[in-house]
Amino acid sequence: MSRRYDARTTIFSPEGRLYQVEYAMEAISHASTALGILAKDGLVIAAEKKVASKLLDETKGGEKIYIINDNMICGVAGFTSDANILINYVQTAAQQYLYTYNEDMPCEQLVQKLCDLKQGYTQYGGLRPFGVSFIYGGWDEHHGFQLYHSDPSGNYAGWKATCIGANTASAQGILRQEYKEEGLTLQEAKNLAIKVLSKTMDTTSLGSDKIEFATLELVNGKVVRRIFGQPEIDALLKENNLLNKTEEAK
Amino acid sequence: METLFGITGKDFVITAYDSKAVASITLMKIGENKSRELNPHTLMLFSGEPGDGVHFSEYIERNIKLYGIRNGIELSPRAVASFARRELADSLRSRKPYSVNLLIAGFDVKTNKPSLYWLDHLASLADVPFAAHGYGAYYCLSLLDRYHREDITEEEGIKLLQKCVGELRNRMILNMPDFVAKVVNKDGIRIVQL
Repeated sequence: MSRRYDARTTIFSPEGRLYQVEYAMEAISHASTALGILAKDGLVIAAEKKVASKLLDETKGGEKIYIINDNMICGVAGFTSDANILINYVQTAAQQYLYTYNEDMPCEQLVQKLCDLKQGYTQYGGLRPFGVSFIYGGWDEHHGFQLYHSDPSGNYAGWKATCIGANTASAQGILRQEYKEEGLTLQEAKNLAIKVLSKTMDTTSLGSDKIEFATLELVNGKVVRRIFGQPEIDALLKENNLLNKTEEAK
Repeated sequence: METLFGITGKDFVITAYDSKAVASITLMKIGENKSRELNPHTLMLFSGEPGDGVHFSEYIERNIKLYGIRNGIELSPRAVASFARRELADSLRSRKPYSVNLLIAGFDVKTNKPSLYWLDHLASLADVPFAAHGYGAYYCLSLLDRYHREDITEEEGIKLLQKCVGELRNRMILNMPDFVAKVVNKDGIRIVQL
């Protein structure tokens, strides 16, 4: 490894790598997990919250799942402070599109906008990349329900199910096994999401205070976002027999 | 730059413009194109100050085309009209605003509905079943009020347009040369003989 090349964030190493980008992704792999699953009639984004202290004031709202606009939400893994900057940017970009075209921004274009910004930080400015990965879930009239993942390099891809943060190897494995080729219903996707989360979370007991959960679906032709409150998460855990069960330590 | 017409029907929009290019008292040209195809299912007609018309409409045309190339999808007629209106609104409070009036006719391939938008140089935008710009409006809007129905067929639409043009031939002080008529429907944009 050529240490001398690490310090400058926007240049290649002799082996053709961008170390700063890789280090950013390494940072994200220590962050708490977020996952997204596409269903035939909707999508789910679920995330593990970092340690909840009793002293924490919970009124602020989630740190993992955010609303972008009327037809998109996203889950975050990485530095929350970095994420806030990017979320703000992408919310503004979505409104700018609405201002110009009087229509909601198509999902892929919004993802591209953010990815173009992230890419800039890997090529010029001498600034470090953002240490955040996103899972975007949205609906538009062109491609229906869509799920995207982007990382600090500015690359993105569309997914049927994916995860970011810690333990993604095992989570992705479970998702690959359990995801049905012909597609899932939203209910099946919710159950799968909570099941995968329970397997990848380190804690021995599962509770709604450690999970953020959101769904997107069409009701009467309009997009409906549901950010679950604690009681609803508890109900979902109960349905799947996961409420406060003591899991065997991994 | 003078008279523009637009009439929507069941599954189409028919538009027409007089093809004269006039400078003061002189007829400069017959067969002037006062329209631009913004994307395969959206057509824009313009009138007003001659230089501004071409400049502004081509600016919109290129931006809408670029959107289609970049994103691989067609902007809906409503989005196109909103974009054009936004540009007119920004121009309005600049040093020299564009003096352009527009009719934007489109067929939305997602909803399978035709739409017609009336815009003027003050950045008004109205979604209308039929419309006109120029002196022709004074003579023909009443005709359209009387005979237009939401579900008319293309044939009926053309006949209605012929009625309007006939009225102008009757009552306008200047001679009316042939109008150029274009239809927008699910198959795209094509010229029709009036």
